[in-house]
Amino acid sequence: MKLSHVMLGAASALAISTAVYAEDKITVVSWGGAYTKSQVEAYHKPWIAKTGNQIVSEDYNGGLAEIKAQVEAGNVTWDIVDVEYSDAIRGCDEGLLEEIDPSILPAGADGTPAMDDFIEGAVTDCAVSNIVWSTIFAYDTTKVSGVEGISDFFDLDKFPGKRGIRKNPKANLEMALMADGVPAAEVYDMLETDEGVDRAFAKLDTIKDSVVWWEAGAQPPQLLADGEVLMTTAYNGRIFNAAAGEGQPFEVNWDGQILDFDLWVIPKGSPNKEAAMDFLTFSTETEQLAAQASWIAYGPARKSSGALVGLYNDGKTEMAPHMPTAADNLGNALVNNFEFWADNQDELNERFAAWLAQ
Amino acid sequence: MADMTALDSGVMMAADGTPLKKKLKQALFLSRVRAFALVAPLLLFILASFIVPIVMLLWQGVHNDTYTKNMPLSAKALYEWDGQSDPTESMAEALVADLVVARDNKTIGRVATRVNREYSGTRSLFTKSARSAAKMEAPFLEALIDKDKDWADIEVWKAMKIASKSYTPAFYAAAVDMTYNADGSFERVEEQGRIYVKLFLRTFMVSLVVTLACFVLGFPVAYLLSTLPMRTSNLLMILVLLPFWTSLLVRTTAWIAMLQSQGILNNIFVAVGITSDDARFSLIYNMTGTLIAMTHILLPFMILPLYSVMRGISPSYVRAAKSLGATNWTAFWRVYFPATIPGIGAGALLVFILSIGYYITPALVGGQNGTLISNFIADHMQKTLNWSLAAALGGLLLASVLILYWIYDKVVGIDNMKLG
Repeated sequence: MKLSHVMLGAASALAISTAVYAEDKITVVSWGGAYTKSQVEAYHKPWIAKTGNQIVSEDYNGGLAEIKAQVEAGNVTWDIVDVEYSDAIRGCDEGLLEEIDPSILPAGADGTPAMDDFIEGAVTDCAVSNIVWSTIFAYDTTKVSGVEGISDFFDLDKFPGKRGIRKNPKANLEMALMADGVPAAEVYDMLETDEGVDRAFAKLDTIKDSVVWWEAGAQPPQLLADGEVLMTTAYNGRIFNAAAGEGQPFEVNWDGQILDFDLWVIPKGSPNKEAAMDFLTFSTETEQLAAQASWIAYGPARKSSGALVGLYNDGKTEMAPHMPTAADNLGNALVNNFEFWADNQDELNERFAAWLAQ
Repeated sequence: MADMTALDSGVMMAADGTPLKKKLKQALFLSRVRAFALVAPLLLFILASFIVPIVMLLWQGVHNDTYTKNMPLSAKALYEWDGQSDPTESMAEALVADLVVARDNKTIGRVATRVNREYSGTRSLFTKSARSAAKMEAPFLEALIDKDKDWADIEVWKAMKIASKSYTPAFYAAAVDMTYNADGSFERVEEQGRIYVKLFLRTFMVSLVVTLACFVLGFPVAYLLSTLPMRTSNLLMILVLLPFWTSLLVRTTAWIAMLQSQGILNNIFVAVGITSDDARFSLIYNMTGTLIAMTHILLPFMILPLYSVMRGISPSYVRAAKSLGATNWTAFWRVYFPATIPGIGAGALLVFILSIGYYITPALVGGQNGTLISNFIADHMQKTLNWSLAAALGGLLLASVLILYWIYDKVVGIDNMKLG
């Protein structure tokens, strides 16, 4: 009796597993935590419902090391991976990623052709962007009021107090120049010249003695909450979570924000390339990108998604104004120029470290 | 009879007629082989998992064949070039041919990164030019300059010539703030770019101060632990070991909560009137913070060897000294202290070598002075992927530790060290 039950169970399990096997099963790799959750809710669930395929969700810590190992060993087990911009470009240059034909990307929900709908730079040879995040500056509204823009961050006379800044030249040199009155469009041209770099460092010099340096993304909201700094640069999602999730009186100032992308890539030789491509195009459609924004304060990479962005999952916070890509926030914004940093980061990192040690 | 022959020739013989000395050697050899066979698995394991990777990594500090391997024609043309005259058409032709292949093989990214390390700003020059290289026609030099005027810059070609040498002192030069030029000469990098020598010095300074602080704080604690009755000292020992078992990051973060300007310590200072609310002490995000946190974290490494040595010093020595008329100080300084030197040596060496490689704690609590040489090694390993420079920096660090170890051996004697 018991045995036959077991046999029956095993047989049906076998039947189910073979049935499943007929469908595609892809491995989607991302950064874990609240971010992966937002993708599961906005991308995975609707895609599974639509195609009947299966998804195995894995976490990783960024970087190309695993992809490189899989591709070089000829044993690719990851089908689609969420990477940073620099890794998307480097992986493509080194032949670790499948090239993506931009013509497979569908037009936006409002009919805009895909290449016009995506924010400039969001689609590269081997990668398609899903979200836009941003480096901004923020402060505690109970201690500071009347902040106008990025120049106030560098103005110790107007707002005396400590400043939190990431211990890295990236984003800081750009912000320094914008605070010094350089229009966003000219920032990278200026940084290509020695005078431009000198000018950025000179601007940083004006606040150097009042800076508390941070390294991990979790630090800036903590520094603000502890009253260690009056203002700090930060990743916008972290400040939003502290404000909306924990009720901290923090405010983001979007003037001089530096936008950056996260992108989907497909490791070269993925056994489920077609299903992975399908997932990639599906998840970067207007609706899915807009849906993700209710789970995390990162902006959709398509312009047409902006109009569809709804409420945060607390059911009361309107998400649209918290998106880095919201029209109101893009007044004075800069898109991180990967080429510039790929070319110059070694030299600028060393100069930055030397400047810090002075 | 055998004895007779042995005596005759002056050599002792074994029963089977072979000289006893030889026989003994054979027996010893066999037992040595057996002993070696027993440790062989461990030896092989250490060799494969420790020595070989270290040697291979250090090797990268002087050997980098990214350019030669992926751009063979160009590397040959550059080898023949004197590095002074204008670039020739044949160099350009070889380069374009290599660029086409490198793009097809998807190795252009690696080549571009390698040259970019010699001359900042050239990475995109290579990747962009490679994209259109297949369509270029003779004369190639003009076609290249047409594509991007940077190809007319002789510095780019010089950088390629440097990159095209597989065996190169360029990385060790960079690790001491020098530039290796295409003509084989060295020069110091510009003032604003000098960083590594400064960081090496700072790393040694921090390590030295931390070692001294650990000694000053650890010695009395170890003494107390070793003289108290076992029950009490075991209890106190747990207090030493508890932080030792706690995660490094947790302890570092705890120090942030303690020391920051709105932190516990400053709040106490303000409450008891040591300082006013506007003039709180800056105890963290500077060198003070680094030294406090590192000293605390490394303290057990000083206390434990000291304790184990002190436990072994019989109290009767000091009693004997006193009974012979020594004052407390003399008895301590002339009798007790010299006996603790093996423990001090072991503790100091442990703490010093550990602090040389420290980087997470200084990075979190050190503020603008919190960068040590290991931060840059980690950065080059993980982010910029410039393993050759990381290897050169690591090689220098290893060499300096070995020199210190040698000095220690000369001065104190390594046989005197006692780890527990």
